[in-house]
Amino acid sequence: MAFLEAEQLFKTFHTANGDVEALKGVSFSVKKGQIYGVIGLSGAGKSTLVRCINLLERPDKGRILLEDHDMTALTDAELRKERQSIGMIFQHFNLLMQRNVLDNVCLPMEIAGISKKDARKKALEYLEAVGLANKAHAFPVQLSGGQKQRVAIARVLAGKPKLILCDEATSALDPETTGTILHLLQEINKKHQITMVVITHEMRVIEELCDEVAVLESGRIVESGLVSKVFNDPQSEAAKRLLLVRQTQDILKGTGE
Amino acid sequence: MQIDSQIVGLLLEGIRDTLYMVLVSTILGYALGLPLGIMLAVSDKNGIRPRPALYRILDIITNILRSIPFLILLILLIPVTRALVGKSYGSTATIVPLTIAAAPFIGRMVESSLKEVDQGVIEAAQSMGASDGTIVWKVLLGEARISLIVGVTISLGTILGYSAMAGVVGGGGLGDIAIRYGYYRWETGIMLITVAIIVVLVQILQWIGMRIAKKLDRRIP
Ligand SMILES: Nc1ncnc2c1ncn2[C@@H]1O[C@H](COP(=O)(O)OP(=O)(O)O)[C@@H](O)[C@H]1O
Ligand SMILES: [Mg+2]
Repeated sequence: MAFLEAEQLFKTFHTANGDVEALKGVSFSVKKGQIYGVIGLSGAGKSTLVRCINLLERPDKGRILLEDHDMTALTDAELRKERQSIGMIFQHFNLLMQRNVLDNVCLPMEIAGISKKDARKKALEYLEAVGLANKAHAFPVQLSGGQKQRVAIARVLAGKPKLILCDEATSALDPETTGTILHLLQEINKKHQITMVVITHEMRVIEELCDEVAVLESGRIVESGLVSKVFNDPQSEAAKRLLLVRQTQDILKGTGE
Repeated sequence: MQIDSQIVGLLLEGIRDTLYMVLVSTILGYALGLPLGIMLAVSDKNGIRPRPALYRILDIITNILRSIPFLILLILLIPVTRALVGKSYGSTATIVPLTIAAAPFIGRMVESSLKEVDQGVIEAAQSMGASDGTIVWKVLLGEARISLIVGVTISLGTILGYSAMAGVVGGGGLGDIAIRYGYYRWETGIMLITVAIIVVLVQILQWIGMRIAKKLDRRIP
């Protein structure tokens, strides 16, 4: 049984310069505990897709089934309740700049109605889990990119999510920091059996983190399957191109050293 | 010109009345302007709950009120002021037009402060299941607080300027003294001292406001 299922998602943006069809009938399904990757070039529709899952963006057509409940049919109040158990990690971290690290991690718990005192105590535990307990009273401006993303991950954990959505979670980070963040996400997935949907344009993220992958091109999934299968024997032009980008990078890195 | 104790007493009283008018009007101005600014920011097409019709109505009312020159508003509001305060002159009466003049101005400043808040942070809160009220309170007001404090400082200065204008119609405070002595009695010295005090008061308020803003800003490493 699928844990998360996207059924024929369509989304068109109406802009001053005409309509942009960001999603043209996207379907996929994710099993419980799985890390599902979506890869594609910039503008392919990845962010739109992941934002449709928690309805930050409402699809024009199609359904999102989470544990067999249709997310698109929920009332506003039901949707807010449901979102409390879906964490989201962003490329630019999106921390509250006027709150310290501890209080940032408290936010989802405050939304869930947990008292400030209990929230602070728990927040410290989540910060320990991401190795940042010593920064509890620092402010985001004082942290490096990798540290900010770890705070964002602690904040997501504070919502006790059953699903985590990552939109280019490592794209603003250097290669080394990317490694530690990917490792942390993997650890969280293993330890708590939290299902993840990971959106990226970086092959490395898919290789190191994901079980299954879908290749998105111009609003359509052109290929999907186990990571090993898709990248050992790519069928679509898009997957071949991504692979080529990866190989070129490897070669450049090789000559650079 | 002689500065005797009588004049010093008069000026001290003027300072007291001016501060009283300005502070009370600012507080009342925010009581009206803060909700107005929040509604403008929230109902805007890029706000957290777009309501184009509501935004249009609030926008027009705000613009109309803002475009009436303060002196005209002061006179137009005399019946309202009488009904509320019982008289139309003196510092307490002046609070009424000051508040009405300040509210739309404050509303605009609050609106612009709230619109500066990073869209990504608002989205993060929405992704956590935050209600609109929570987003307004914890994200918009919380993240915009420095800009809001700067806004309070600007409001205080502007309202102080308006309050001095109210002196023309017997509005009480330093403006009143400046008009009575400077204009009607040709006591230029007292008028200049009064103006100097007003300038110094504005400077002090600005300085305090900016200090507080800087001290509370967590975006400075
Ligand atoms: N809010 C929006 N308004 C208008 N166009 C948008 C909006 N969001 C995304 N788009 C357009 O939809 C397409 C897909 O964007 P996006 O989902 O952000 O792609 P990706 O994340 O893969 O880079 C792009 O052409 C983008 O310009
Ligand atoms: Mg994107």
